[in-house]
This record gives sequence, structure tokens and C-alpha cells, in this order.
Amino acid sequence: MRLTCPFCGSRGLEEFTYRGDALVRRPAADTSLQTDAQAWTDYVYLRDNPAGLHSELWYHGVGCRSWLVVTRDTRTHRVDDVRAASAVAAERSGGAA
Amino acid sequence: MSGAASHPKAGAQPMRVANGNAVDTSRTLHFTFDGRRLSGHPGDTLASALLAHGIHLAGRSFKYHRPRGILSAGPEEPNALVELRDGARREPNTRATVAELFDGLVARSQNRWPSLAFDALGMNGLLSSVLGAGFYYKTFMWPASFWEKVYEPAIRRAAGLGRAADEADPDHYEKATTFCDVLVVGSGPAGLAAALAAGRAGARVILCEEDSLPGGRLRAEHMTLDGAPAADWVAKACQALAAMPEVTVMTRACVFGTYDGGTYGVLERVADHKPVPAEGEARQRLWRIVARRCVVATGAIERPVVFPNNDRPGVMLAGAVRTYVNRFGVAPGRRAVVYTCNDDGLRTARDLARVGVKVAAIVDSRPEGTGAGAQVARDCGAPFFAGASLADVYGSKGVKSVLVRDHAGQAHNIACDLVAMSGGWSPNIALTTHQGARPDYREDICAFVPSALPPGMVVVGAAAGVFDTAEALGQGAQAGQAAAALCGFETALPDLPRAEPASYGIQALFHALKGVAAAKKGKAFVDFQNDVTARDIGLAAHEGFVSVEHLKRYTTLGMATDQGKTSNVNALALLAEVSERSIAQTGTTLIRPPTQPVAIGALAGAHRGPHFKPERLPPTHQWAMAQGAVFTANGLWQRAQWYPRAGEQTWQETVNREVRTVREAVGFCDVTTLGKIDIQGPDAAEFLERVYVNAWKKLPVGRARYGLMLREDGFAYDDGTTARLGENHYVMTTTTANAGGVMAHLEFCHQWLWPEMDVQFISVTDEWAQIAVAGPKSRDVLRQIVDPEYDLSNEAFGYMAARSVTVCGGQEARLFRLSFSGELAYELAVPARYGAALAERLMQMGAPYGIAPYGTEALGVLRIEKGHPAGPELNGQTTAHDLGMGRMLSTRKDFIGRVMAQRPALTDPARPTLVGLQPLCATDTLAAGAHLLPQGALATAAADQGWISSAAWSPTVGSWIALGFLANGATRLGEVVAVHNPLAGTVVNARVVSPVFVDPEGERLHG
Amino acid sequence: MPTDRYSLFSLLREGLRGNTGWKAAWRKAAPAPAYDYVIVGGGGHGLATAYYLARRYGGLRIAVVEKGWIGGGNVGRNTTIVRSNYLLPGNEPFYECSMKLWEGLEQDINYNAMVSQRGVLNLFHNDAQRNAYIRRGNGMRLHGVDAELLDATAVREKLPFLNFDDARFPIRGGLLQPRGGTVRHDAVAWGYARAADRLGVDIIENCEVTGIRIERGRAVGVETSRGFVGAGKVGLACAGNSSRVAAMAGLRLPIESHVLQAFVSEGLKPFIDCVVTFGAGHFYISQSDKGGLVFGGDIDGYNSYAQRGNLPVIEDVCEGGMALMPRIGRVRLLRHWGGLMDMSMDGSPIIDRTPVDGLYLNAGWCYGGFKATPASGLCFAHLLARDEPHPVATAYRLDRFARGAVIDEKGMGAQPNLH
Repeated sequence: MRLTCPFCGSRGLEEFTYRGDALVRRPAADTSLQTDAQAWTDYVYLRDNPAGLHSELWYHGVGCRSWLVVTRDTRTHRVDDVRAASAVAAERSGGAA
Repeated sequence: MSGAASHPKAGAQPMRVANGNAVDTSRTLHFTFDGRRLSGHPGDTLASALLAHGIHLAGRSFKYHRPRGILSAGPEEPNALVELRDGARREPNTRATVAELFDGLVARSQNRWPSLAFDALGMNGLLSSVLGAGFYYKTFMWPASFWEKVYEPAIRRAAGLGRAADEADPDHYEKATTFCDVLVVGSGPAGLAAALAAGRAGARVILCEEDSLPGGRLRAEHMTLDGAPAADWVAKACQALAAMPEVTVMTRACVFGTYDGGTYGVLERVADHKPVPAEGEARQRLWRIVARRCVVATGAIERPVVFPNNDRPGVMLAGAVRTYVNRFGVAPGRRAVVYTCNDDGLRTARDLARVGVKVAAIVDSRPEGTGAGAQVARDCGAPFFAGASLADVYGSKGVKSVLVRDHAGQAHNIACDLVAMSGGWSPNIALTTHQGARPDYREDICAFVPSALPPGMVVVGAAAGVFDTAEALGQGAQAGQAAAALCGFETALPDLPRAEPASYGIQALFHALKGVAAAKKGKAFVDFQNDVTARDIGLAAHEGFVSVEHLKRYTTLGMATDQGKTSNVNALALLAEVSERSIAQTGTTLIRPPTQPVAIGALAGAHRGPHFKPERLPPTHQWAMAQGAVFTANGLWQRAQWYPRAGEQTWQETVNREVRTVREAVGFCDVTTLGKIDIQGPDAAEFLERVYVNAWKKLPVGRARYGLMLREDGFAYDDGTTARLGENHYVMTTTTANAGGVMAHLEFCHQWLWPEMDVQFISVTDEWAQIAVAGPKSRDVLRQIVDPEYDLSNEAFGYMAARSVTVCGGQEARLFRLSFSGELAYELAVPARYGAALAERLMQMGAPYGIAPYGTEALGVLRIEKGHPAGPELNGQTTAHDLGMGRMLSTRKDFIGRVMAQRPALTDPARPTLVGLQPLCATDTLAAGAHLLPQGALATAAADQGWISSAAWSPTVGSWIALGFLANGATRLGEVVAVHNPLAGTVVNARVVSPVFVDPEGERLHG
Repeated sequence: MPTDRYSLFSLLREGLRGNTGWKAAWRKAAPAPAYDYVIVGGGGHGLATAYYLARRYGGLRIAVVEKGWIGGGNVGRNTTIVRSNYLLPGNEPFYECSMKLWEGLEQDINYNAMVSQRGVLNLFHNDAQRNAYIRRGNGMRLHGVDAELLDATAVREKLPFLNFDDARFPIRGGLLQPRGGTVRHDAVAWGYARAADRLGVDIIENCEVTGIRIERGRAVGVETSRGFVGAGKVGLACAGNSSRVAAMAGLRLPIESHVLQAFVSEGLKPFIDCVVTFGAGHFYISQSDKGGLVFGGDIDGYNSYAQRGNLPVIEDVCEGGMALMPRIGRVRLLRHWGGLMDMSMDGSPIIDRTPVDGLYLNAGWCYGGFKATPASGLCFAHLLARDEPHPVATAYRLDRFARGAVIDEKGMGAQPNLH
């Protein structure tokens, strides 16, 4: 499998490490176990784990040290999209603001 | 037929008939098989050389130990497996059909005792009615204890094929990665045409051919291209390819697997055709070829026909017989019977006749009037049987005659020593199925062809079911052109040679049995190597194993070293018949990579022995070597474990001395391996607030602080000190083990969780040599090293102070007043290149103070004495509370792990928490890994209350001491617990004490 | 008279009459309209569950529905190792229960699954690993499970062909569980299927579950490719695909599906007599009774339903193999394949009720499910029949993640690919 890092180009799997689902969201800083236990359990533990397109986080640790958001089909390993996680995150927070 | 053809000549190689197109008979090579001295020529395989001597018997089958001959002329060979070479280079299960002959080659038959000609386990064949498919699932169960003691040892003695070498493989292997636009797999007509077309366009092309020579079937057949022998055109095509600068032709290079992203696994046999690799030469090389497009032109594999005793030595695939005749100039027999269901098989009769082999009969399963059989038979002067079948073969170690059943059911016994059979050709589609696509069955050619293909792949020629040479050439060229065009290289098609037309005319023939279940007399083999017969398939189906996957697993069909290359389709046909389905309905199993077995050594490459993993060396490594240090692996790092001195009898003595040196005078230790991360930016302090559990905003410039990080699930992750060197500048230390992980974690937090923060990180672990200088005299020593303008007094540079300094007359450095030992201590960092010089300077300046280096063992003792948790305590299963750091968790800010750390099971007061332990009897040993139980309790899990995580002999305390985790530990100080170590058979009593054994008030630290 | 019971006698008798009298190993059952219990998944765990349900709680109508052919998932793809050498109290009694069931399995189900207690040896290469293994071994002994600590000399005596000469990470010793070993994996599926079939269980192949019918908050059956099948209780035993099937009932699980590759070499004369795991790399190996070296290593590490992996892990595994036993350099890898793992968030399994009444979950086996097969079946059957966890499986609750009572043998946290 190969990922096209937006900064480094197409690189082999051995340069990357995997983290997992990029759709889970860390609950806000002002939440607590008392009020938001389910949200925290969801964030840390529960996953959609789809058979099909999966939005997921990878780390280009042997390259530019960028975190990446990869869209990949878990049935075929076909990679559809790779974006810098920081850019995705900035859009997300921009959208929320 | 006459001309060059002659009768097989007598002499050393009686069956050598004429120059094959790939054999150089002007040179002779010598080899031995089972000790017998034989000869061959350059270009021979072991199989062709054996056949040149009239030797068919080459091996024994797995279960019944039936005598077996050479079936094929390629990598699909199920029978002729040998142990090649000797000693440490012994290669079991080597297919004689692909082993290139070299002078001095040594081969031995395998899986037979006492000899190939007489094998005691051949008697298994007599028991075949009991030893049918899956018999072992039905017996060997009584009594239960007999399996390990009696049955299994007996089975294992009989099991297996060849013997692995007894010694380490002396050869070396390499790995390489390369990239191309178009990868062409196979160099038969379709592959060569594809490579020519893509190469002409200017694309980067790699053509891989697993054989030693390009050409594929063009070398095996007696055929012309443009009116000249086909091998001539192969040579021309190769010259043309060689002239194209962007084209690489790799022979002896087997593409064994299709992986994701256009990555192909390729094994290049660099030196297998030589007695030993040349000096510095790899035996084999693993290539990872990354290709934008791939043209698969891997040809086809001929199928045997299933009929009674079809496994006798001398029964061969028809196409293989032609290969031996045309390529190697070897006649595999003197009187041949050709058995076929297609016109391609008939070519065998012509080729044999041309070199003077008597064709004793042509048996064509097709009805009278179909195919070219009658004409060929006339041309060869052979009796012709249309609509007929082979009913039996006689001769246990070599064919003596066959029983032909003609269209009217009449039996004819025909003397012969060779049977050339053809059940038709199965496209070699393995590479197309590695990503899970199941092939489709085509009735018209009685074979499976690729269906959905992996991205970027096309299949051409016989691999796509196109068996006509002209058509294969054209299809290959078009595919090569199209593949290049898709990579941006366009050009016209190359000129292709004119090929003779050839008919195929196949009519399905998988077996010659009167029904699968009727195969009672004689054994009709489907999978030769694993001895799976038609009857086994009937039995398996009868017992309900009718899914192809069940059939395969129950009968072991297709699971031998040939992976069913010659057996799978026949088995499916038999299963389809017995379960009254079509072959298409029956389906097929997936072909797993690799397409050919690959040496484990090649897949490992250079990563073995001392080079298994890279080695990281701290800056003082060479210096420590010179001091005679003993080293230990710490992850990838090599670290000095202790520094023995003359006269010290045991390592314990050395470590005790090093510990005392630190407690009483001054010692130093290279701690460069700790992760060091430089953090800068206006939001650096806020960032630290969020990744550490404790507060950071008020840490002044010039100070350091201990920090604890949790994972988001609330368990402790890592710890270390972080120093503030400037307003927006920090340097963080991590544990050695987590240096990389923490770096990735910080980047994750920043890039993904809080991208708005203005902060940057870089790992500086390798930039700075960092040396801990510890002990009451440490300030005195450092005073000699640090330039005089820096005030090191306790008032000016107290505990947890940190700053940039210069040392040794202006050299930049960083000084931290940190202590892992509990003594007055510093860590001094200098640019990595000065690490060894600093060690030398410390030795020199510290000599008057009694300085000595200490290793990781003393470091460990010192930290246990001081109760500092390390790896064994921060094991990913403990919480801040467990570690006695519960109060560090800030309640005024958010940080990673904050919320989940509050879950009930993590805050349960009964959790085992960190305690110290000291044996009641000073001579008792405490062992890490021992468990803690109440005194007097039975040694059961129910009474288990904790364990010892770290233990050491403490020269300071004068006994063994330990850190451990004990349920309700914090409330049990003073209690005595039983320390159980059942593995060692010991129980000792120990008192629960504070984990801080030395200087609990911390006076020395601040001194 | 068809032959049903397997024995040497029946084998001889059938041999004499041309093997025509054997009864089918299991009937090709068609789905009935309703059952007391429907087990989703005809793998080892599902079949074992059905067997123990039928065997221990008689008089029930039980069906196993399987989308393909039984035993087609991990029970037929694993590296055949069985052991009960776990560290944590939540795990150890369960796996020991499984080991005891393996020890009597063949006589129980009248099927030779070749349970071979040839020993499992975990090597260590440094003091920290040794101490962790001592902690584990002592824990096992306190649970009444066999464990022995071997030093380097003892390891060398046992396995002289390991690399003791120029290893990057020298072998310092090992923790041996003599009762561990291997079991012929396919036979486990077939043996349980046959035994369950004889107790009246319907094993329904080629029957894919496409939905879970829930009425008034209760699961009442499954929609399948062969029609609706009603059920008093539905048990999911489809590890690898647990998330997909649970999603049909609206559940999200603490699970990711990952691929683990497995490897087999060409057949060789046996020379490895026990299961060995390398402590300095991802590599474990045994040798089958047919002579093939059966080995494996780490998971590929990314979510996958593709049942295949990639070269980096293949190379990594072979590097581990060569580092540990350099004599296998010329031995050839014959075949490699991948299986889907339910990688749970703490590396331990789940056997529990779900928030949906009547729907039960057996999932999250990571790459350790094979050895658990008998106990998993027994405990899941117990849960289904009694609505309470079996005493050795009380820790495998679904709510443990919310409570924090995770069972994290490796201490890797909520990162499935690190377990």
C-alpha cells in the first residue's frame, strides 16, 4: 500500500503509522465524566469500523512528521484521498467557529 | 520424419537427441543424484539432465510413498523434488525442473527410506482404503494420552518432505525497491510484444521472466516466426529491448505477489545457478517493484488427466515432453503414447517422431472426426484411437505399457515407456487473484480466466486464455502500447512477426474414469504430491465436504509445494461431477501468494544476526568500550550496563561500587537515550498544560519541572522533566522507550486536536549528548568544567534549575539540576560530537573527587532506592494514583486523559498502588515478578494482592529492596506480606514500606 | 447401516467396504421458521456455542447461520496455537478453562482434532522482559496453571538451532507452558459441527444475515439471504465482522477490524517440537504434523476487511524468523494469507448481553480467538441459556470500557493495532 503524502509525494506503507478513525471528536475541554461520560466513552472506545470508505489518521513518522487524514476503502485498500490533518482540523474548527 | 532427427544416441546421455535451442552440448557439466555421477550441459535443468540419462524416477509421494517421475518442465512440478546442495546450503524440496545445472551440483532424493528405489513406507499404499481422505480425524483418539506419546511421534517421523539445513544459511540476501511505468510479467510471445510496444513508446519498462532465458513457450515448441525458428525472434526481440535505455529485462526474476498500490513482490535468483555466490554477491534479491501499470503474460499450465495409475514415472505432461525435446534436446522415452483432448497435445507426437521416438499410439478422447488426430497419426505412423481413453498404466518404477480403452470399450494393451498427456491448458492467473478476485470459468476453453483485475493490471496471451501465438503477440503489443499510453507515452504498434496458425480444439477431459466413485481399482491421482485420488474426492463429497474450500482442507488437495497448479481444476471438475453441479457453480479456491515458494532468507534480506535491527549508540559509546564497559540493549540503543574494574569478581560487586560512588562521591552516566524534544512558540506553555497532568504556566524561565503524561484513556503514559529555557522555549525529556511515541503524540495533539496553537516541536535527542553527574561531589566537579562566569552555588543554581552555559572555555552547553538518584546531581548537555570529550574531561577533572562512570544497572538501583517509577512501573496498566501521583492531576485545566482517569475502576481505592518492600530477613532475596499475598494465605490467585515490579540489592540499605504494587498499598505501611515466587519455589516475608528508601526528606537533593 | 461413530474399528470396516457407509459430517440443513437460539456465525466459536448449548441445556431448537461455508473464517486461517499463559486475572481462568476443554475435546466430540500439547515457549531477551514473564508465570502458577522459567542454557538444550551466537538481542531464557501446543484448526470447526449436528443443531451454510429484526426493543430473529429466521435469542459469534453485524442492530462496538497475516512453509522433516515466540521481534512458529512451518507475526495495523496484507509485515515476520533461527534461510515460504481480527480497544474479548434484549455478543477476540474456542463456546452458551456470565468470563463485559475495568494485557491503551 502506498500513500501520497501532500508534502512528500507517494511513499510506501513502511514510512507511516496508523492511528485509526478520523471521524471521532474529542469532547470539549469543559466537559466532564459526570455530564458527558457517554461522549467520552464514544470518543476513546467506540468506532464505526465500516467495511468500505474509512476516514482515518496516519502519521508520516519516517517522513515529514505530518498527521494525515486518509480516505481509504477497507475492503480493497484503495486510497482515494490524503490530506494534511492540520488542514482538515483547521477547516473543522473554522466551520465550528 | 528425418533430417536432424536421429535415434537416441548411446553413451553418457543416451536420451540426448539433438541440440535443444537452449543447451550448449559443446560443454559438459558433472553432477550427482543420490550419489550417482551423471553429466549434462549448460542450459540443462536437473530434470532435463536426468531425463537425458533415461532417469524418470526422481521422488516419492507424500502419503503412499509412490515412486514418482518428472511430470513437468517448469515450476508447477509436483513430483520431482530433491534436496539440492549439501551441508549449510542444503535446499529441501527443490524442483528438479527449475534447478539449473551447474558443475558439481549435488542432488538427493528425499522422503524415502532406505532408498529411492525401495521405500519401506511404500507399503502405505496397501492400506490406502483405510488411509483415505481425512482418515486421521477418525482415529488415534484412544487413549487420550497416546496422541503426544505414540501416534503423533510416529506421524511426525513419517511427515515432511526434505530436510532443512542443520546450520545457519551462509549466503546473504538483498532487498531493493524500484519503480517503473509498465511492469511486464512473462516473456513469452505476449510478454515480449508488450515490452516491445511499451518500450518503443519510451515508458520505463521492466520485463520479469522467472526462467533463466526469455521466450516462454517459444523455446518449448517447434515453431517458426517469420519463417525462422521462434528462438531466433526471441533473440532479436531481446536485442531490441536491450537497445531501449528505459527498458530492463530481468531473468530468473519471479513476480510472486500482487500487493496494494501497484506494488509487486519479485524474487531474483541471482546466484542459484552457480555452485556458490561470488564473493560479495547475494544469493537472491527481493525486489519491491512499484509499477503504474502491469501487463501479466504468465502463460498457462497444462493439466494432467486423471486415470488409474496416472502417476507412474514416465507419465508426463505433453507440453513438457515437447519442452524437453525442443529446448533441451532430450527424448523422455523411446516408445510414447500420446493421450490428449486437444490438438495442442498432438504436436507432441510430431515432435517426438521428428527426433526418432516411436509413437506407439495416439489416444484422443475426442470423437472420431474431431481434431487433427487422424492426420497426425498418419504422419507419425502411429495407431490412432479416437473417442478413447487410458484405462491403466503398468510398471511401478517406470511405464511399461498402457491399457487403452477404445471408443467401443475394447481394451488394447500397448507397450511404451512414455505417456504424454494433455488435459488442456489452464491460464496461469495467480497474480490476478491475489487481491481477492475470483476467476470465471470458460466452458469453451475448459479453464478459469481472470475476472476483476487489480488496479492497473491487464492480462494477455495464454494467461488470458488466448492460446494462438499470433493472437497472443497482437494482444500483448496492444496491451503494452495502451499501458504506456496511460502513463503518457504514445507510439505506434511495433512490427510483429508472422506466426503459424495452430488449432486447439479442446473438448473437456478431466478424467478417464467411469464416474468418480467408480475409481476403485488402481489409484487415479488428482494431486500427485499429496496423494489425493479421485476416490478421495468422492469420499470427501460423500461426507459432505462439497464446498471447494472444505474439499481442499479435508483432502489436503492443492496444499503441497506446487499449491495445486496441476491439480486444482481437475479436482473442481471431479467435485462438480460428483456433486452434480457445473464447474462454474462449484467455484474455485483463491490462489494465495506467493506464486512460487520464496526463500525465507530472501524475504528477510540483511536483517539477521547482528543486523536484525539497527543499533543506536550514545555519544560516549566508543569511550565506554575503551573503559571495558559491559553493554546491554535498551530498545535499539546499546548502553553501558556497568564498568567492571580489575579485581571485581562479580557484576554485583561492580554495581555496588558504582552505587556507593554516587552516594558517597560522584559518578556520571550517559543519559542521552532519553528523548529530548525542543518546544517553541507563544503557546508552548499552554500546550504543556494540555499534555501534562500538572501545571506549567507558572514555571519560570530557568527552571525545570517533573511532568506526568496520561493517555487519553486516563492511564499513565510517560514522564520526564521539562525545562523552560526562554519565554517561549522549552526542552522536554521523555523516557527512552517512548521518545518516538511522545513525539508523535505531541504532533498529533497539535496538528489534529489544537491546530490553532502556535507551537513547534523538533526532536533533539541525537543533537545533544547528555550526561548525568550525580553525587555529593558533583558540584565540585562541574565547577571545573563549567566556565567560571556561571554561578553554580545552591542559591544561584538550586534544585530544578536549568540554563544555557558554556563549558571548557566557551563551548555551548545546557545545564540542568536534576536528580534521578536522589543525590545532588546535574545533567549536562553538550553538542553530541563532544559527548566523548565531556566524558574524558569529567574523568580527568573528577579524579581528585573519586569520580567513576556508572551504568544502567547502578542507575536502576539508585532510582529504586529513591522510589522513582520507571518502565516496570509505567507499564501502561497503571494510573497516576497507582504510582502515588494522584495529587498531581490538576483540577483547573483540561489535559489529555483528564476525564477518563476519573472513571470508577481507575479511582478504586483498592487498586494496587506503589509501595516499597524490604525483606524481614536481610539475607532474603526479592525478585521482580514475585506476587504479594497476605501472610499465611494459601498460594492461590484468590489471595493475590499485588506484585513486585522492580527489585535490587541495595548497598545503601544493606538488603534487597523492591518496588511493587499492592492492593490498598498506601494504607498498609508496616504490614508484613508474603512474597511468592512459585517459579523459583520461594516464599519470603517482606515489610511494606515507603517506596523512598534513601533520604526521604530530600535533603541531599537540595544540598 | 451408515457409520457414524469414529474409531479405528469403524475406519477398518469402512475401508473394507469402500468407505461407502460414512454418514455426512453434518447435515446440509435448511432454515426452519424459528428456533430458540440462532447463532450468527459458523466459525469455531459459533459452532462450539451451539454444541455446548445443545449438550448442556438440552431440548432446545438451535441453528447456526453462516454466510459462506463453516469454518471459513479465522478458525481455518490461524496458526493453530493453544495456550493459557495470560497475565491478568480477568483472562487467566477463562483461558485455562479453555485449555482444560481442549484436553478432553476429542473424546468429547469423537473427532480427532490433533490436540498436541507440545509446549509453548515465550523467549525473553532482557531483564525487563524476564521480570514481566516471571510476573506472568507466577500469576499462572497461582491460578494452578503450569509454567516454567527456563534460563538460556535450558532453552539452548531444548532448541539448539536458535541463534545463540551472533544475535542482535541474545536469548536470555523463556517462559514455558508445557501444556500449551497446537490443534488442527479445521478439525475444530468440523468436529464441533458434527457433534452439534448429532445433537440436532441445524447448521445452515450459505445463509447470510442481512438484518436483525427488533420488535419493541427485543431481537426476535434475523433476516437472511434465505428468509427470516425467528429466534428466542440471537447470539452473534462473527468476530472479524462483529461491527458490521452489530450495526444491523444499531450498535457501535469498541472494535476495529484488522488483518493478521499467517504463513506456512513447504513441508520439511520435523525439527521444531514446540511453539516458540520471539521476544525481540514479531515472530512465532511451530511445525505442523505435515511438516510445514506455521508462523506469524504482527498485524498489518490498519483497518481492513480485505483478508490480505502487504509486504512490510511479510518482510518483518521473515526478518524475525531469520534472526531467531538462521537455519531456515533456504526454507521456502509456501503460502501467506490474511484473516480479519476483531481488534478490541483493550485487546480482550467481549462475551456479554447487548443493550438490545435478546441479542448477545461474542466478539473482540483480537488474534487470540482460536485458543479460546471451547471456553468461548461454553461461556457464550452459558450466557445465552442463563442470562448471566459464566464464572470464568465475568470480566468480558461490554460496559467495562465506560467503567474503566479494561483488561489490557499489553498496556497499550485504546489503540487496537498495538494490542
